[in-house]
Amino acid sequence: MNFFIAAVRRDLLLALRRRSDIVNPLAFFLMVAVMFPLAVSPESKFLAQVAPGVIWVAALLACLLSADGIFRSDFDDGSLEQMLVSPQPLVLIVLAKVLSHWIISGFCLALMSPLLAMMLFLPSEGLGALVLSLLLGTPTLSLLGAIGAGLTVGLRKGGILISLLILPLYIPVLIFGAGTVQAAAMGLPIAGYLALLGALLVLSMMLAPFAIAAALKISVRG
Amino acid sequence: MKIKLPQWFYQLASPRWFYEFSGKLLPWFAIAAFVLLITGSVWGLAFAPEDYQQGNSFRIIYVHVPASILAQSCYMLMAIAGAIGLIWKMKMAHIVAKSCATFGASIAVMSLATGAIWGKPTWGAWWVWDARLTAMLVLFFLYVGVIALHSAFENTQSADKASAVLSLVGLVNIPIIKYSVEWWNTLHQGATFKVTEKPAMPPEMWIPLLIMVLGFYCFFAVILMQRARIEVLQREKKASWVQEIIQQSL
Repeated sequence: MNFFIAAVRRDLLLALRRRSDIVNPLAFFLMVAVMFPLAVSPESKFLAQVAPGVIWVAALLACLLSADGIFRSDFDDGSLEQMLVSPQPLVLIVLAKVLSHWIISGFCLALMSPLLAMMLFLPSEGLGALVLSLLLGTPTLSLLGAIGAGLTVGLRKGGILISLLILPLYIPVLIFGAGTVQAAAMGLPIAGYLALLGALLVLSMMLAPFAIAAALKISVRG
Repeated sequence: MKIKLPQWFYQLASPRWFYEFSGKLLPWFAIAAFVLLITGSVWGLAFAPEDYQQGNSFRIIYVHVPASILAQSCYMLMAIAGAIGLIWKMKMAHIVAKSCATFGASIAVMSLATGAIWGKPTWGAWWVWDARLTAMLVLFFLYVGVIALHSAFENTQSADKASAVLSLVGLVNIPIIKYSVEWWNTLHQGATFKVTEKPAMPPEMWIPLLIMVLGFYCFFAVILMQRARIEVLQREKKASWVQEIIQQSL
């Protein structure tokens, strides 16, 4: 287990040294959410209605954009190869990388989401649900995003390709995540939605690391 | 533990054997597809009774339903072929998977297009945000992803393996996407064919539909074999048996 903690620590330390990795997705998250009132309507009643969806789509895009970089720098400097040949199980190393990616992207996004909720006039009943749904949903996004990152890390033009591969897979998380917030804003129970988000997380945590490990082996060894 | 598989399974892995074997099968499937599609369309378009609600516009079902069924089975085949290719390192399985991807994407477009044409007179709109339409659109996106990933690699072997992994990930996701969009919104009529129940339409209507479905499957087999054969020739162009075929055809 020590190497797992060490791997998470290493990635978090790297992110702290290169602050833009943390700040950029957050700034992107904020800017996408600002585009909607500008493009559609600044009216508070309308914004309150679309806020759950807008915030979730913005969070999803922020996760997607940062997912491209999960393995990029490790691939470029060769440490990914070392991870592949190391005696530790690759599946766990991959899980550690996804966990640290989630901490610097999804977790921070969830913490920042109340600010966006205020800007978009989300009813206060939906606030807790928003943070909870993001906390439960974004780890799944990181896991799925890492599959795409693993498949495209060896390619020169990963950016837009990874969106093509991963966005369709994000749909269930988006539906249940935005559904949670919408239900809460209308005063309906959200336990069912949260249970579904949790189920998606458990399932992807079980299966995705194997897919990511297989993808990395293909990308590195050909 | 070692699992013993039948000999034909290993024979199928040889591109040369596949090329010769599919060459023998191809005409039969082509004839079957031709006969079934002609019978099914004439029967369905000219002789099947009119629908009491939708009138003649329902007749597009004879293209729409087979296309939709095929789009889904084609993905299954692509993912299973990809898995076989990854597990047994079979070149032939990857060739089949690659041929499935392009065909699947086009048949999914066909299903969406016929659905839109059918939706206009029935629902009054080309597109509605309904669960089954959305699920088919997502299936199309999954095909596009596999094709895009395959074409992004320069090395064919990595391309094959990477798209096999992606199609397997998609296969796990298809039921999840299906149910999530179903809970989200649904307007579409239920499935036409269910294994467990008798169809809700009279036999004069569903027998031609069944013939069309079978015809589409035969057509799929023909196209798949054709594409796979061309791919085999391209990939094995340095092999002496391929050189012989090229010499003969010149």
